[in-house]
Amino acid sequence: MNHATSLSRGQRWLLALAGESAGAAPIWHADAPLAGESARFIAVVPDPENRFARARENVVGLEQGWRLARTVREVVDADARAATRRPIIAIVDVKSQAYGYREEMLGIHLACAAAVDAYASARQAGHPIIALIVGPAMSGAFLAHGYQANRMLALDAPGTMVHAMGKEAAARVTRRCVEALDALGETITPMSYSLTGFAKLGLLDCLIDGVDADAPTSDHIALVQGKLADAVLSARSGSSDLSHRLDSDAARTTRAASIKVRHHLAMQWDAD
Amino acid sequence: MSTYTSDSNAAPAFVARQSFIELTARERARHLLDSGTFRELLGPFDRLTSPWLPLQGIVCQADDGAVVARGTIGGAPALVCAIESAFQGGSIGEVSGSKIAGALELALRDCERGKIVHPVIVFETGGVRLQEANLGLAVIAEIQAAIVALRRHVPVVGVIAGMVGCFGGMSLAAALCTRLIMTRQGRLGMNGPEVIEQEAGIDELDASDRRRIWQLIGGEQRTACGLADRLVEDNAEAIVAAVRDAFAGGVPSVHRTEAVDHYLALLAQVDPSAITPESMRGLFAAEQRDAAGSAVTIKEFE
Repeated sequence: MNHATSLSRGQRWLLALAGESAGAAPIWHADAPLAGESARFIAVVPDPENRFARARENVVGLEQGWRLARTVREVVDADARAATRRPIIAIVDVKSQAYGYREEMLGIHLACAAAVDAYASARQAGHPIIALIVGPAMSGAFLAHGYQANRMLALDAPGTMVHAMGKEAAARVTRRCVEALDALGETITPMSYSLTGFAKLGLLDCLIDGVDADAPTSDHIALVQGKLADAVLSARSGSSDLSHRLDSDAARTTRAASIKVRHHLAMQWDAD
Repeated sequence: MSTYTSDSNAAPAFVARQSFIELTARERARHLLDSGTFRELLGPFDRLTSPWLPLQGIVCQADDGAVVARGTIGGAPALVCAIESAFQGGSIGEVSGSKIAGALELALRDCERGKIVHPVIVFETGGVRLQEANLGLAVIAEIQAAIVALRRHVPVVGVIAGMVGCFGGMSLAAALCTRLIMTRQGRLGMNGPEVIEQEAGIDELDASDRRRIWQLIGGEQRTACGLADRLVEDNAEAIVAAVRDAFAGGVPSVHRTEAVDHYLALLAQVDPSAITPESMRGLFAAEQRDAAGSAVTIKEFE
């Protein structure tokens, strides 16, 4: 394959961390060594020829959702009788879900839910699921690819962002200009588009600084591999649910309400 | 209501029956639970409200738009999480979403201890509350995780009655439910019509064309295509009965979101340039019972 022409971040990082993809666009995947064991790396990549015209970029559409599910379930099935379950690394570079008439008709919500289910089921089965954010991690696309992970890492680099709605669209809906939206993110933490803002929510386990997201050197790649290996170890030592996300100091501050709600619910759960 | 039926001057059935759509979230939860068993958790008097809305000059609601109630359904322990569309369009914020996720997590804990709790989620939501953006998205991921874990033990039943419908990240949560009950007025889609028109242009979809939208994502179409399990009239008694039936069906061997090869095969048969809501019915409804197996067992409507 010739990769000299422009690659998406997802493609670049899959190649860097795992080599050539074993599957065709729009879902690339490859099994490669990580800290002495085999791990599965998965990325959603542009697919200029996709027969669904609204799903040709690095977005999650119908085929992307269902094929993510199949790629993850393949690993779960293969390891069902294995002593250790292999890590699954979701390389996250997804601009959005696919917005289209046919997508809604044919149940894009179900396709994305199938991906959510596959990742969540793999996590419950004991696979360490690590999300590595190398580009945008937006909205429903991020829910389908990355947000069910045990651990989340991100490159602190231009172009990485997490949010529920694209900046331009959010500005239109909330009747603000993009600059005002950025300013709002400084004071209202969950409104932030930046990864440093996202890290304050306690959802991020590691923000990796000093890595060129578009043209990583071998040192950068080695650094990211090391962080992924740490995250796998950490995931294996923790629980298979998402409770870890409320454990950090950042969460205790910024997500105090989430913790308080659960505490009070537990107290009121059983009638006296 | 039943006293009318033996009377020759009886009021027509549509006068006597109770609309479910017109009920508030709290009344919906009360209807779904056996009479006299409704017990609200984190009710309005607990005053756990959004920490983020006041910072943006928006007045809070004492329950943050989510009602969590325990009680029994058909005598069995149950949990109802009902979203109130009248507050911020049913949008999911940190508190309202955590109430739902936290309640489902407690139901899971009980189920793991052998105490089965029957969970119902009444969806009426546009998805993430934009003023709480990233935390709305985070709690929706937590709700989804809880549904996937819980439905191994007990069916998780979703109701989409309308009129808001169920959109955004919560449409994925609805798709993860074991069984979905919809009315004709209910809509289920990932991107709302306005969002599609904004992102893809009016040629892709005209959000003001109500007939076309309901043909596309309305309860009747979703049920006919096997993306929802049961179509019911807007009648509180009918919805209560459908919820009981959904639990009686037990945990299926394959949930809809697990039927990956089945749906990939169906999708491969779709010609994107020719597919219509009508032709989709033929394709999706004819085959779903074989390959998805017990995932969609409730087929008799009304």
